[in-house]
Amino acid sequence: MSSEPTRYRTLKDIPKEEYMAPGTPLCAGCGAQLALRLALKALGPHTIVVNVPGCVALFAIYPYSSLKLPFVFTSFVAAPATAQGIVDAIKVLRSKGVNLPEDTKVLVVVGDGAAYDIGLQSSSGALHRQLDHYYFVYDNEAYGNTGFQYSSATPFLSRTTTSEATDRVPGNTFWKKDLFEIWRAHGVPYIATVAASKPVDLLRKFEKAARFKGPKLFLALGVCPTGWGSDPQMTVKIDKLAVETGIWPLKEAVYGEVRHTYIPRSLKPVEEYLRTQRRFAHLFDGKHDDLLKEYQARVNAYWEKVWSTELK
Amino acid sequence: MKRMLTGNASAAWGARISEVEYIGGYPITPQSEVVELLSKWVAEGAMNAVYTNYESEHSMFAGVGAASLSGVRAFTSTSSQGLMFAIEMLYAIAGWRAPVVFVNVARGLGMPMILQVEHGDIMGIRDTGFLQLHAETCQEVLDFVPMAYRIGEDRRVMLPVAVNMDGFLISFGREPVDVPDKELVRDFLPKYNRPYPVVDFSNPVAYAPTIVDGYAYMYFKEQLQKAQERAREVFYEAAADFERIIGRRYEPIERYMLDDADYAIVSTGSYSTIIRGAVRRLRERGERVGMVRIRMFRPFPRDEFVDALSGLKGVAVFDQNISLGKGGVIYTELAEALYHAKERPRVLMSFIGGLGGAEISFDAVRYMLERLKDAVASGEEPRNPNWLFSEEDRRRLARALKLTLGEEVISE
Ligand code: SF4
Repeated sequence: MSSEPTRYRTLKDIPKEEYMAPGTPLCAGCGAQLALRLALKALGPHTIVVNVPGCVALFAIYPYSSLKLPFVFTSFVAAPATAQGIVDAIKVLRSKGVNLPEDTKVLVVVGDGAAYDIGLQSSSGALHRQLDHYYFVYDNEAYGNTGFQYSSATPFLSRTTTSEATDRVPGNTFWKKDLFEIWRAHGVPYIATVAASKPVDLLRKFEKAARFKGPKLFLALGVCPTGWGSDPQMTVKIDKLAVETGIWPLKEAVYGEVRHTYIPRSLKPVEEYLRTQRRFAHLFDGKHDDLLKEYQARVNAYWEKVWSTELK
Repeated sequence: MKRMLTGNASAAWGARISEVEYIGGYPITPQSEVVELLSKWVAEGAMNAVYTNYESEHSMFAGVGAASLSGVRAFTSTSSQGLMFAIEMLYAIAGWRAPVVFVNVARGLGMPMILQVEHGDIMGIRDTGFLQLHAETCQEVLDFVPMAYRIGEDRRVMLPVAVNMDGFLISFGREPVDVPDKELVRDFLPKYNRPYPVVDFSNPVAYAPTIVDGYAYMYFKEQLQKAQERAREVFYEAAADFERIIGRRYEPIERYMLDDADYAIVSTGSYSTIIRGAVRRLRERGERVGMVRIRMFRPFPRDEFVDALSGLKGVAVFDQNISLGKGGVIYTELAEALYHAKERPRVLMSFIGGLGGAEISFDAVRYMLERLKDAVASGEEPRNPNWLFSEEDRRRLARALKLTLGEEVISE
């Protein structure tokens, strides 16, 4: 990315403007909130936020709102369709001569439950229609707001309240759904994964996305102390570990062309990341070494491919 | 200008003359012609609107609701299963106070699967906060669309509206329909001017934040109920202007041959045409019977019913729907309306018929009247709904049951 012109070079370039009021009711150390706060800084004041049930819904609890932006709360399933109605209405209003800021944006903010599971049909429809909007998924890898139940974003071997680890099952036995690739199959202009511990990378991706008309999709890791059983003080560190172990690759796809924006030369062992969270604690009783190996092998295989194609 | 129009085309024309600015579409039998026509008119430039094909009714309602919230007059239409799929969004749209108008083409609800008319779908959304206007004819379908916007967009109301027509009979039936000039409709229907559109950055609003306290939630529900109650008087104002400007007069209920009547049959939708015809014939035979037809179902025209039915001996309610475990929806609502009436009819009797397009004839109407008269004379207290199967229905049913079960089964 360094070859491209950008206003974000170091941490000092993070915009000072805040669109999120201090004192939101989200949990201490919430990674989703960190990532969203950065995203809003990049998007600016003319952003209409569409949101559904999930942790971020707590930003607007009657009679308060923690966002200094227009906000619409819609049904769990329906965020992309709600965004479609607003984007289409903006088209109508402009055609009638209503003056709206040139950089008016519609931003959908949803968790992984809405994005990977229940709202996938609605988002597929909007992506297929090439809806000009930003779609920000804070992926805390389970239904966090309802008490951390399994979603199709839940990683392999994670314990959730509906995929318990017992002496018969090692927690969730499915691999995390690859939403990035599902999005990519829709032929959209811009897709990126982001992590709050890499703010410059995150901001640059939003900056770059602004060039494109159509869906601009972001998958943000949402370190979730409450659900993951991690130390709230460690959120940024855990976020960084997710990137450095290769579990959370930072990448983008421009019209389907994938490029990693951070390529570690060597990977930290996945164990280092998994050990920071109680949801994986059951794996370290000495009886799950095979599964841990399988986990590591899967991550290695992913990166072998990246190294061989992108590091020439 | 008079045109030969189907009910579906009348719905589309209703949207067109209301100068709808945004349309969401998704096909379903027997509604599809509505969105076909609208998409074509937008593509041709005959309508200055944006049309979007959605991937489901749920999304479609989300889209039109959000457009309405942004300050754009939005329209859609659907039917049956589609409406049920979208029902969650209907509550959201009403709660947003987004005065969307949609046309429902009434059709039964599976399972078993059925394509023909029944009012289970439209009755299924009675609690959502949508106002409801029920059309009997193609002309009413068309007229009720601008009426719906006028009432729904009124600041005292700010509620979405469902206009109901019956599948097949009306949706595909052709009638001469007067399409009023745009100029006249403009005179009747002011521009949609939403307070606090969501696209206003100078005054950002958070629409529908989560509520954690019951009292606040209850306050907003009370606001919805009050808006429904106010919609009644707004209906009368709109109807008066509609008559003055366009020349047709609508009351929340239609009263037919009620003067000096002892008995009445209550109904809604296109089967009322059959019932009205039968009532006229029965009158010719000296029966003192009349009819009341519902045009406005939400808010429920309680006072109008009390006024129309007080002093009668007996009232039969023809429900083309069933709330399973209770009975006909209109019947139960009417019972409440009449409960405190000083001269309430002694007998209120429930009939279920016409489900899934089952036919009713003069005989069915005569049967309803006979049952009613018997009950009044004998002092019977009617309990369960009476099902309107004809002799022919029962014969055909027996054949079908024999075919599938391999034995003679007589349905009672
Ligand atoms: S449950 Fe997790 S994602 Fe939700 S607010 Fe708390 S820390 Fe954030």
